[in-house]
Amino acid sequence: MKRTLEWQIATVTAIKPETAEVKTLTLRLPDWTAHRPGQHYDIRLTAEDGYAAQRSYSVASEPERIGEVDITVERIPDGEVSPFLLDTVVVGDRFEVRGPIGGYFVWDGSVGGPLLLVAGGSGVVPLMAMLRHRAAAQVSAPARLLYSARTYEQIIYGPELDMLAGLDGLKVSYTLTRQQPPGWKGYGRRIDDAMLKEVSAPLGRDVLAYVCGPTALVEVAADGLERVGLPADRIRTERFGPSGT
Amino acid sequence: MPEKFVTRGFVGRRESAGTQANRIPPGQHLVKDFPVLSAGPTPRTDLAKWTFRIEGLVKEPAQWTWGEFQKLPAQEFVKDISCVTKWTKLDTHWRGVSVDILLEHVELDRRAAFVTAFSDGGYTTNVPLPDLIDGQAFVAYEYEGKPLAPEHGGPARLVVPHLYFWKSAKWIRGLRVMDKDVPGFWESLGYNNHGDPWKEERYTGD
Amino acid sequence: MSEPMDDELVLDGNAAAGALSEIYGDDMTTVLAECGSCGQVDPIGGLVAFVHAPGIVLRCTACATVIIRIVHTPKRTLVDVQGKRIPQPPTGT
Repeated sequence: MKRTLEWQIATVTAIKPETAEVKTLTLRLPDWTAHRPGQHYDIRLTAEDGYAAQRSYSVASEPERIGEVDITVERIPDGEVSPFLLDTVVVGDRFEVRGPIGGYFVWDGSVGGPLLLVAGGSGVVPLMAMLRHRAAAQVSAPARLLYSARTYEQIIYGPELDMLAGLDGLKVSYTLTRQQPPGWKGYGRRIDDAMLKEVSAPLGRDVLAYVCGPTALVEVAADGLERVGLPADRIRTERFGPSGT
Repeated sequence: MPEKFVTRGFVGRRESAGTQANRIPPGQHLVKDFPVLSAGPTPRTDLAKWTFRIEGLVKEPAQWTWGEFQKLPAQEFVKDISCVTKWTKLDTHWRGVSVDILLEHVELDRRAAFVTAFSDGGYTTNVPLPDLIDGQAFVAYEYEGKPLAPEHGGPARLVVPHLYFWKSAKWIRGLRVMDKDVPGFWESLGYNNHGDPWKEERYTGD
Repeated sequence: MSEPMDDELVLDGNAAAGALSEIYGDDMTTVLAECGSCGQVDPIGGLVAFVHAPGIVLRCTACATVIIRIVHTPKRTLVDVQGKRIPQPPTGT
């Protein structure tokens, strides 16, 4: 299905803080098309003198929400675009967007499961679109999310993940790599083969895996999943650039 | 050309040029950091195996090992550099060997007119010979007083500061002297064979 | 050449999805690409991508050989396809 990719002007209709360095912006799109969870939009910002910067942001929301998309933005220290989106943009602001883009790192209910999602930091964003869609479309295939974050405070979407995990067939495991709160019962180390084996084993050999996050984590996790027995063609990856502290 | 949609409040992370404005080529903006741009993975060459070679239209090729290269007369250079992606950095400090000194070790054929610089990882760039001589170019192995970091082209890179910085080949292993101007990695895909930032020679045909 | 490509600045073909979509008129990230040097086959979305450069370079995951290069100039977009199995871009690009 061919569609020409055109720029359109999105309007910010809501801004929600997620963590100290992360916010979600809701964008209303005049020419909205249902995206597949995992796809992204390109954003283009232009200064008065014509200087422009462009970045890609994964859609965080489910396609069942018509006419708008959520993007979740993490502050990159000394970044050019994220500080603008986090500190300057207000409800009512508009900027150019183009999308939805991508066909490789996507999942929706029609693809089937079971589903293993591995997230590092802000890599959880496209995976959250998959989980929100899974809930909205009432997909029954079992799913697990392994989410690596530096500290408990840096977990994005925590309360909502707890709620989704209470629903049918989703288990969420966290690993906090820098610091764990007192009484922490989750993992407390960088992702390794043993951890991947524990989270993937209950899902069986038909599992589809999606790994998203900083490049180094994606490499470790994707290689690890192959070593614990997943076929390479059932592992899809998306690498994000350097992330915040 | 469609009118650009201006985004309220966006200026980008650009330094104000202020009194330095006349040192910034057209279309460029000032940066204080040193952006890393790369077309491929960072090579990690064992210094015990590293050589620098001048070959092609010369009577006899010349080659130096790392140890031999370090013994060549070296100088400190302070230069402004401009990348075609529009950033300019002023007063960068380097230490290295002038290309003039390197060329003293070979006898150029009378047909010699162009140079292809070649690097670990397969990168190449073409530069007219007159742009590499008379103090205009050097092979640098120190930046800001420290050994040149791999992501910035270490152990050694070409530096040709009066041309766009894609001509300053990182991870350089030699110069091939030619009679023809053979477009290198970026030049073969639309970038200018010469690359003078003051004339905004960014793309083919500029 | 077997340099680890886990440098934080290294991305994957997903990062080139928008540029490829503009060139080909359709999403290309699920198209399989075969390396002309070592024969490794990966979907374009899974190729190693260098985007912090004067252009975009997609490389083989096994041997880092260049598979696709893209340069945007104000007047036109140039694409060089070196890998196999990838359709040539439509004329006019």
